[in-house]
Amino acid sequence: MHRYIARRLLLAIPTLFLVSVAIFSLTRIIPGDAVVAIVGDTGNIAPEQLEGLKARLGLDQPFHTQYLRWMRGVVTGDLGDSYYTRKPVVDQLRSSIPVTMELAVIGLGIGMVFAIPLGIISAIRQDTVTDYAARILAILGISMPNFWIATMVVVYLGLFFAYLPPLGYIRLWEDPVRNLSQFYLPGIVLGFQLSGTTARMVRSSMLEVLRQDYIRTALSKGLAEGVVVYRHAVKNALIPVVTIIGNLMNALIGGTVIIENIFALPGVGQLTLGAVTQRDYPQIQANIMFLAAFLVMINLLIDLTYGWLDPRIRYS
Amino acid sequence: MATGSTPRQPEQAAPADGLVRAPSRAGILARLGRVARNKPVGAVSAAVIVIMVLSGIFADFIAPFDPLEAHVRDRLQGPTLTYWMGTDNLGRDVFSRVVHGARISLLIAIPAVVLGVGAGSIIGIISGYLGGWFDLLVQRLLDASQAIPSLILALAVIAVLGAGIDKVIYVIAFIAVPWNGRVVRGSVLSIKENQYIDAARSIGAGNLRIMFRHILPNVVAPILVLVSVLLGAAIIIEASLSFLGLGVPPPEPSWGGMLSREGRSFMERAPTLALFPGLAISIVVLAFNLLGDTLRDIWDPRLRGSQ
Repeated sequence: MHRYIARRLLLAIPTLFLVSVAIFSLTRIIPGDAVVAIVGDTGNIAPEQLEGLKARLGLDQPFHTQYLRWMRGVVTGDLGDSYYTRKPVVDQLRSSIPVTMELAVIGLGIGMVFAIPLGIISAIRQDTVTDYAARILAILGISMPNFWIATMVVVYLGLFFAYLPPLGYIRLWEDPVRNLSQFYLPGIVLGFQLSGTTARMVRSSMLEVLRQDYIRTALSKGLAEGVVVYRHAVKNALIPVVTIIGNLMNALIGGTVIIENIFALPGVGQLTLGAVTQRDYPQIQANIMFLAAFLVMINLLIDLTYGWLDPRIRYS
Repeated sequence: MATGSTPRQPEQAAPADGLVRAPSRAGILARLGRVARNKPVGAVSAAVIVIMVLSGIFADFIAPFDPLEAHVRDRLQGPTLTYWMGTDNLGRDVFSRVVHGARISLLIAIPAVVLGVGAGSIIGIISGYLGGWFDLLVQRLLDASQAIPSLILALAVIAVLGAGIDKVIYVIAFIAVPWNGRVVRGSVLSIKENQYIDAARSIGAGNLRIMFRHILPNVVAPILVLVSVLLGAAIIIEASLSFLGLGVPPPEPSWGGMLSREGRSFMERAPTLALFPGLAISIVVLAFNLLGDTLRDIWDPRLRGSQ
């Protein structure tokens, strides 16, 4: 197990390094003058001052020097100021993280609560009407774009019930009731999107487990079907489901960008989207680096959990 | 020798699925008919996709109006006999825009998936076949590009390159590479343990010949399954970007753009505006996903009915 953990940890380092180089060079593809022009645009800087500005932003330095300086910032938490608001990008990122985290946790929670029973029932009642209905629901979750579901929810709730999602974000600890009333609809939409993949995975994994000999043994020694399903099958069937959490996280983060946009929640997704439209490169870099590091960490945790849950993995 | 089965084996095991080579034209039709009977869901999905492709190609003949033509006096109408899906805030015919939207979706999704799957397959085959440090390096690169969430990556690239149809194609292709690369590499790892690969090597076949004459044909099945799913995903990514105003530029009729946030206040007055473009995306993506499932069922009986 120790060797397994060490190997996983070592593999995460080059991944993070490559991601950081990619993110850094992405915004250096455009020539420094263009960046200065953008900053000049937003701040009304005279052409004579551009050279000084270029030096101040460090854009006159060679690539590797710029990269090292930026990486030092990644470690120390100083990633420069936003071209647009002039505030430190890390501050803006920090204040938007709780919003996205809350949305993600609610969405993931709703998704799992919905998907896991759906997948289990679907597998137990294989090839019945219940199974078909559950599978249709699951594949709809994958096929219907989240921005459409969210738009339909907002438009048609407003139309039929004159209901509008409350605007103006309130922090959870300031007014929990109002905060949750802002988050449950976006959470449901996000959860529905995530539940499709999960329900399908739970179903196929459950079907595989139900065909195992130990299930037949349990049934033939007279245990009730319910006991066999919940004690013997579900536990083992959920192990492989852990592996798709990484993919779910990918979809989840993409989903928060869209959902935050539609429900006007000031999270990391909104911040990134705004930065992209304004070409605010330091903010874009900081946000993506944060999200990528988060995803790498989650994947690392998944690998470790999986190795711990299923000993066959760590010896292969 | 590996005991894992290769994607080719099902063919011999299950000729009833219509994978036996048919010599004549009638044979092909009979085969299609048999597949359609055995896999009604797959057949309907394929039909939906064919309809979408045809409406993309013949959009000019199918659409009753020019998708950009504004009928100022008929703004924000619900569905009528003249405007089957109603009109938008400029009085443009929504049905014509949905039909033309199919064309834009395909013009982006098809080249993007072809590019991404082509590059991903080559990378996957070489990486899986050669193994060693090259494989390790490629694996890390694929890991790294998958560490950035797809939509965020797309946003970042568009922030640098600017919006536009060609950029959306590149971005989606780039996102597709690691997914496909992984699947292909996985298949290659089990295929290269087969005896016929050793046989090919023993008669003096070079690496290139083995990779592209002996291994490639055997990974076509998993690639085609993935192509179907990726086409659906490509349509969703394009629509998402257009929805955010960073994909297909506005006057062009794109399904995502028709649902964009700027149009929300108009949707409250003509709610069907929100309905039809989303339905179009959902039905088409659903068809691609179901077709992918069907292909997987046909080619990999181990998974039959398990998805």
